[in-house]
Order: sequence, then structure tokens, then C-alpha cells
Amino acid sequence: MGVTTPAAHSSAAAQAPGAAFIFKKALISALVALVLFSLMIGVRTEAGSDGQLTYWTRFGDLAAMVATVFGGSIVVELLRQWWGPVGTVRIVPPSVQSGLALARRGIAPVLLTLTFLVPVIFYNERYILDLGILVLTYVMLGWGLNVVVGLAGLLDLGYVAFYAVGAYSYALLATNFGLSFWICLPLAGILAAFCGVLLGFPVLRLRGDYLAIVTLAFGEIIRLVIINWQSLTGGPNGVTGIPRPTLFGIPLTPADDGLAALLGIEFSPTHRIVFLFYLILALALLTNWVTIRLRRLPIGRAWEALREDEVACRALGINTTTTKLTAFATGAMFGGLAGAFFATRQGFISPESFTFHESALVLAIVVLGGMGSQLGVALAALVMIGGFELFRGLEQFRMLVFGLAMVLLMIWRPRGLIGHRAPTVFLHHNQAISSDLVKEGHG
Amino acid sequence: MDYFAQQLINGIVLGSIYGLIAIGYTMVYGIVGMINFAHGDIFMIGGFIALISFLILVSFGLTVVPVILLIVLLVSMAITALYGWTVERIAYRPLRHSFRLAPMLSAIGMSFVLTNYSQVAQGARVKPVPPIITGGYTLYEADGFVVRLSNIQIIVVITTVVLLAIFTWLVARTRLGRDMRACEQDQTMAALLGVDVDRTISMTFVIGAALAAVAGMMYLLYYGLVDFFMGFVAGIKAFTAAVLGGIGSLPGAMLGGLLIGLIETLWSAYFSVEYKDVAAFSILIVVLIFLPTGLLGRPEVEKV
Repeated sequence: MGVTTPAAHSSAAAQAPGAAFIFKKALISALVALVLFSLMIGVRTEAGSDGQLTYWTRFGDLAAMVATVFGGSIVVELLRQWWGPVGTVRIVPPSVQSGLALARRGIAPVLLTLTFLVPVIFYNERYILDLGILVLTYVMLGWGLNVVVGLAGLLDLGYVAFYAVGAYSYALLATNFGLSFWICLPLAGILAAFCGVLLGFPVLRLRGDYLAIVTLAFGEIIRLVIINWQSLTGGPNGVTGIPRPTLFGIPLTPADDGLAALLGIEFSPTHRIVFLFYLILALALLTNWVTIRLRRLPIGRAWEALREDEVACRALGINTTTTKLTAFATGAMFGGLAGAFFATRQGFISPESFTFHESALVLAIVVLGGMGSQLGVALAALVMIGGFELFRGLEQFRMLVFGLAMVLLMIWRPRGLIGHRAPTVFLHHNQAISSDLVKEGHG
Repeated sequence: MDYFAQQLINGIVLGSIYGLIAIGYTMVYGIVGMINFAHGDIFMIGGFIALISFLILVSFGLTVVPVILLIVLLVSMAITALYGWTVERIAYRPLRHSFRLAPMLSAIGMSFVLTNYSQVAQGARVKPVPPIITGGYTLYEADGFVVRLSNIQIIVVITTVVLLAIFTWLVARTRLGRDMRACEQDQTMAALLGVDVDRTISMTFVIGAALAAVAGMMYLLYYGLVDFFMGFVAGIKAFTAAVLGGIGSLPGAMLGGLLIGLIETLWSAYFSVEYKDVAAFSILIVVLIFLPTGLLGRPEVEKV
């Protein structure tokens, strides 16, 4: 379908649109905006105290919105002119390229060291520590989903289901049977992986968009079951009083057998936060390490082959069933582990934490990170969650901005910030094959 | 039996609404090959615009119900169609030749934008409207159980049938319909033969959005409320309907809509209301496993 010719680009570049054209385009955009916003923004409805609907007009807001669209349209058009046609290849001098490559290689260790030092530097900044834990949770979720989406190429819109399964596994096992975090953690992982296989079986034959919708439906089913199975999960009220984690049996409390008392130091609630920080860091690094190792194993190679071409994969004798199932199970297991951590950190979970928005957020992190790049996912999580925090004051506009960012990113850089989709192994030398070798029945 | 008959009527009405939304999914999938994730939210916007235009008309002192309904219908169809056009123009057209997942993710982003846009613009609370069309007929009465057919139910079904007839004519007989079918088969070839592919795709979104607006208005009249979050679940169910009927097939979308409406209503009536969404989503999964091409769909042959 890609029928755009180079000639089209050059002709577009040759006749740069003049001021009249830009003005006309902006005027049309403003007109469209006026119609779009006329009723939705120009009029505000609200149910009164007696249940009767009333409305009032907001023409000032409407005018402001239309003016913004008009101005924005001009700015976008000017930017586009300045940037040049989309197809242009920007030549980067080799020296800069090698410098970039060096920076890229150096950034991971630097980032890791900085992360290790965060609790030391910001020991007294509770807010930054909490934010760090949140970011790391999403880094782990992103890395987990990366196995499914980035490596195996299976679009999963219901990843939050495994997160929920992990969280509820730990919460219910701990509150009902008094099991400790360290016993529940692997159990949560196993249960989530089991759910991953459960989801994997029916969707084996599906691909692309269908797969996405079915995983979305699966995620919703899990959430609805959690809401409605009140006797087990507490329904919309959630589970409260989830035990805090212990340092292998030593509680982080001011009690006599607590860690502070054992070490003979003064107790501080920050100890627990720091402990949680290193705990999620360890879990995230475990995810990363396992993923990197798996990529070098035959199964990891099979995932990447599956992502590139499923039919070719089958023709080569790769068992696509087990390949897909292991991808789902592995990704789900990491989601479950992250879920268990989430439950122990919050101390309270409810179905509200496991909506489709979470799935979309994690998926956005993976896509923004370049689908397959571990470093990219980590950076994307930092940007996304950090960006979310910037908009904390504007609670209502947060998701609006998030959605817009997702659309714009797809248009601007569909391959993510750090595009990394080359298979790990490939032939270094292109072998020339004579055409008479590839005739039917010989090649 | 009487209870069953009543549920059957309710199911058909609900199914008509789902069917109208499902047509938008199935058309877009047929031509562009992507799931227009924001389509459910277009339906929600249609409901809101119908509500607002209705309020304005009433406050201007208009009291003739058929005139009000007609104006509301036309206004919400026109404005919502423009929403559909804008969404395609902004979020999908630049990505037409991008990699497979890009339009899907862009659509998810657009769905968030529309949902939260209406939340910001119109508030998060549910907007109730008093029943506009009242009255109805008692079909029969047995053992103290009355089987009723209300006027609004008749209007929903008749509107759906009329629109479907117009729409079938549009696709089968007009220039635009021929262009649409040509683009569905082979966009490059259609472009070479003088079909304006961009315009045809835009028109597909416009028509789909207009039908979704009708569905939104019917939803408003039938249930008497709209809220900013109703597009998500309705969208997934309508997509299920499109898949069940065979994606790409227009009669299939309507048939699938009716079936989903019936299944949901009967499930709520005989099993449990809490799990009605679970039932609908499970059907989606089961259909895709055992009947991936749907009831009236053509099998998709994969070429290497």
C-alpha cells in the first residue's frame, strides 16, 4: 500500500505553502473546532438538586478554544514548513553517531547507579522515595509486558489482569492464612503465570487486533469477577489490612523484635520505605536479568522469530503453541510479582486499581520505550510516571493529556523513543544465492 | 412464557442500538483493517450532543415532540459525524502506512481523549433526562403479567430498520458505496482506477459516526441518561457484535447486535444481572475461538 513516491515529496517541498494557504487552513480548522465544541463546550449541563437538568452557556470558553485551535493550526503549519518534508533523511556525522552510541552504552550503568543512590541522597524526601517506588513498579510492569509485546509481538491489552491476580493472591493468602510475603511472592507469580496460560490457550489462533480485543475482554472479566465475587474478594470494598513485608521475618516496626531494635538504631518509618524501594528495585532487576537471559535461550529466539513472522516460524518447525504460551506465562508471572509488591506496599487493594487505564498505561510505556528495548522501557516509565506527577494538580486533565500524548507519539515516533526491534541474531553477511538455486523445488 | 416475550422485546431494542454501533466498527475494519477503538466514545458523544440540543430546544419553548426529535436527530448526527471525521483526520490518517500496532494505540489514545474531554466539558455526574416519549401498547395480559410494547421501543426499532435500509442502498447502489467496496478489496488498485481513497475512508468514518450518533440518541431516549463513561463498555459489546456477525459484513453486524442484545437481556433476566458483562465478553472469546470469521463473514486467507 505504500505508494507514496519520492517525486511527491520533492514536489511538496518545491512549492512551500504561502501565508494565504496557511491562513486558509487555520480558518478551516477553527471552523471545524467551532462546530465540534459548539454544544459540548459552549453549553454546560448539570443535574440540579431536584433531578431536573439545567444548562448554562459558556461562550467565552468556546471562543478561547476556537482561538487556540486557530493559533495552534498556524503554529503547527509553520513548524511543519520549518521542519521540512517528513521523508527527509537527516545525515548525522559519524563522529556524532559514535558519540551517541557511547552515550547509549554508558547511560544504563549510570542510571542504575543513580537509582541505587536515590534512597541515600533523598533519605529525608519521603515524596521522592514514594515516587521512585511507583516508577520502579511501572518499570517492572513494563519489562514484564515487554516479554509479551516487545519480544513475542503479541499485543496484550489486559495485562492489568495479571497484576490484579498477583495482588489479590498475596492479599488473600496473607489475610486469610497468615502466610508471609516471601512465601506468597512466588505463589502470586505462579498463580499469575497460570492465569497467563489460561488466557493463552484460547487466543493461540488469534493474531493482531483480535488478540488485543480478547485480552482486553479477559482483563475486564477478571475485574468484573473481582467486583462481583464479594464473599472472596470483598467486592468493590477491596481487601484491607494486608500485612507489610518483613526483612526475611524481621518486621520493620518499632517493636522490640523489629529491625531498628535489633540493629540498635532509632526507629524511623523511612526504613520501611527504603526497604520497599530496594525490594522493588531487586524485583525489577530480576525481571530484567531473566528477560535478557531468556533472549539468549532458544525460547527467546523463538519469541523474536514469532514476532517477525509467524508463518515462517511454523515452517521452520518452531512450536508456536508453546512459544506463545511461555511468552504469556512469563509476562504474566512478572505482572503477578509486581502485583504482590503493590499489595504489600499499599496495604489495601480494590478493583479500582486494576482498570483498563492501567493496562493502557503500561502498554504505552512499552510502546514509548521502543518495544523490545529494556533501557527504553525504563526511561519511558520514568517519563510517563514523572509526567503524570507533574499533572497531579490537574487531576481531570491528566488522562486527557495522556491520551493526546499517546496519539501524538504514535504520529511523531511510532517506533518509540528508542527504536530497537532488530532481532538479536541475524546473518552478518548477505549471501548471494544464484537464481537457479531458488527455483521451485530446489531452494 | 410471557416473561420471555417481554425480555425478547427488550432484547431486540437493546440489540438494535448495539447493531447501529457495530456497523461503524465493521465498516472501518473492512476498509482500513483497524479496530476503531474510539468508536464507543463517538457513540457517547452522540448521546451528549442529543441531550444538549434537546435541552436547548425545550428551553426555547418548542413542544411538538416529533419536530424536536427530528431536529435533535439531525443535529447530533451532523456534529457527531464531524467528530468521526476529525478523529480519522488527526489520529488515523497520518498512520495509514505505519506499522500494525500504531493505529490501534493511537485509537486507544483517542478514546481516552474523547472520554476525558466529555468529563471535563460536561462533568462526571450522570445526566438524567425525564422520559420524552411515553405511552405504549399492552400486547396481552396473562396470569397478571403484562407484556408491553412501549412507544419508544417501537421508535428505536423503526429508526434502526429505516436507517439500515438507507444504508444498504447507499453501499449497494451509489457511487460512494461502490468506492467503499473497491477500497475494501484493494486500495492501491482502487486509487489507480480513480477512486479518491482518502475521501472514501473519511466518508466511512463519517457514516459510522452518524450511525453511532443515532445509537447514542436512542440510548438517551430509551434509558433516559448519559454519562461520560458509557462508551467503553458499549463499544466493546458492539465490537463483539461485529465479530459475532462476521467483521466486514454489514448484515452480520446487525445480526450480531441483535444476538448480543438478546443474550445480554436474557442472561440478566434468567441468571444474574451482575455477570451480564462477563457473559458478553465471554461470548466474544468463545466466538473468536470457534468461529473466527463470524456468522456471515468471509474467511480470511493469509498469503505469504
